[in-house]
Amino acid sequence: MIESSLQLMLDSAPFLLKGAYYTVVLSLGGMFFGLLLGFGLALMRLSRVRPVSWLARLYVSFFRGTPLLVQLFLIYYGLPQLGVELDPLPAALIGFSLNMAAYACEILRAAIGSIERGQWEAAASIGMTRAQTLRRAILPQAMRTALPPLGNSFISLVKDTALAATIQVPELFRQAQLITARTFEIFTMYLAAALIYWVLASILAHLQNRLEARVNRHDQEA
Amino acid sequence: MIVVEKLSKQFNGVSVLQDIDLQVATGEVVAIIGPSGSGKTTFLRCLNLLETPDSGRIRVADIEIETNRSASQQQTAIRRLRQQVGFVFQSFNLFPHRTALENVIEGPLIVKKMAKAEALALGRRLLAKVGLAGKEDAYPRRLSGGQQQRVAIARALAMEPQVILFDEPTSALDPELVGEVLATIRSLADEGRTMIIVTHEMQFARDVASRVVFFDKGVIVEQGPPAQVFGNPREARTRQFLNKFLSHAPADRAAAPE
Repeated sequence: MIESSLQLMLDSAPFLLKGAYYTVVLSLGGMFFGLLLGFGLALMRLSRVRPVSWLARLYVSFFRGTPLLVQLFLIYYGLPQLGVELDPLPAALIGFSLNMAAYACEILRAAIGSIERGQWEAAASIGMTRAQTLRRAILPQAMRTALPPLGNSFISLVKDTALAATIQVPELFRQAQLITARTFEIFTMYLAAALIYWVLASILAHLQNRLEARVNRHDQEA
Repeated sequence: MIVVEKLSKQFNGVSVLQDIDLQVATGEVVAIIGPSGSGKTTFLRCLNLLETPDSGRIRVADIEIETNRSASQQQTAIRRLRQQVGFVFQSFNLFPHRTALENVIEGPLIVKKMAKAEALALGRRLLAKVGLAGKEDAYPRRLSGGQQQRVAIARALAMEPQVILFDEPTSALDPELVGEVLATIRSLADEGRTMIIVTHEMQFARDVASRVVFFDKGVIVEQGPPAQVFGNPREARTRQFLNKFLSHAPADRAAAPE
């Protein structure tokens, strides 16, 4: 029993790994574009121009307040009705990025807001611009606060990419489904898929820990 | 060097500064004293636009700030002014993620675009000057309050400002650390630097200042040479304040921050 299961896992490995490749692409892409867009949104949120801040707030409210699955369906199945047809992979990538951006925005906004006013003033007092202040004084400190929740969101994203199976992306979970349909080895295949998600999430958690140690180094004994 | 005319500031409809006029000449050391809430810290913060005055005029060297134009319209002038006006905060406000040396060279490197090697040499020289040679690579957390404040003074000096403003530089320090910071400021006064110091250290003001300005309720009540203001104040309010202060002399340093 165990031997045949192992054999099946080995036989399916190429398919699962191909699926895992899409999972990684969706995860990294979602993190990258989500963080980029989320940072822009966070700056909009902190803007003193009311409508700008309000727009970012509306965005976050919508993307945090609706199910990711529904967002993916809107993009992949809904947009064609408006004349925008997307392939499964780009559709999923856009969906995950837009969704991640909402969470990243809130995390970054809170982290930037947690830096005391004296830091802004100290930077201003030596003649720094607002952009220089953000880049040199505020963001490096805000990253310390933002990293743990960002890491959480990223790990959630890795697991949420399984939702892309519902819009025809041949990612890990979809591959496991396909093999299961052929072999009926349901438990073995989903267990194999679960183990791969676990490995991916663990790698991410490890990177997060190393990064946290790095940004906290000025707290260590000199 | 500094000309302030008719400077006024309100917080939520409450007037904290009313029509302040003050001129400071090059090389002068002006000590601003007064009770908590008298507006002296707000006045100092207005001088480098950490607070935006409601009305009045500020001129430092050749840079002029008009308060009837909005802050966003004169960003460039404000930044130029801040490069000429060093500011030392009560709570130091060092960048915690940068070492002592990195804190000092941040301004020259980023704002003045000085070459790294040159900035490093300048930073080391300034840290040595404030008595912190050997602490270049220490992060602020690892330094005492007095050491942090001296790094902050070196950071202000690094911009080679024409005037330095001190906002109660020793009020957040443990009593035994006050002396080292005052000694550093005193040595700057001896170099002939132009400085404005808001302080509760009356003895220090008396020794170091060339002029003492007494603030109360948002106006300048009295000013003059320290011997006159401390020894023979003309105004009843000044006398009252000094008496209260002298009778509490030992608690002097614990005076409540504004």
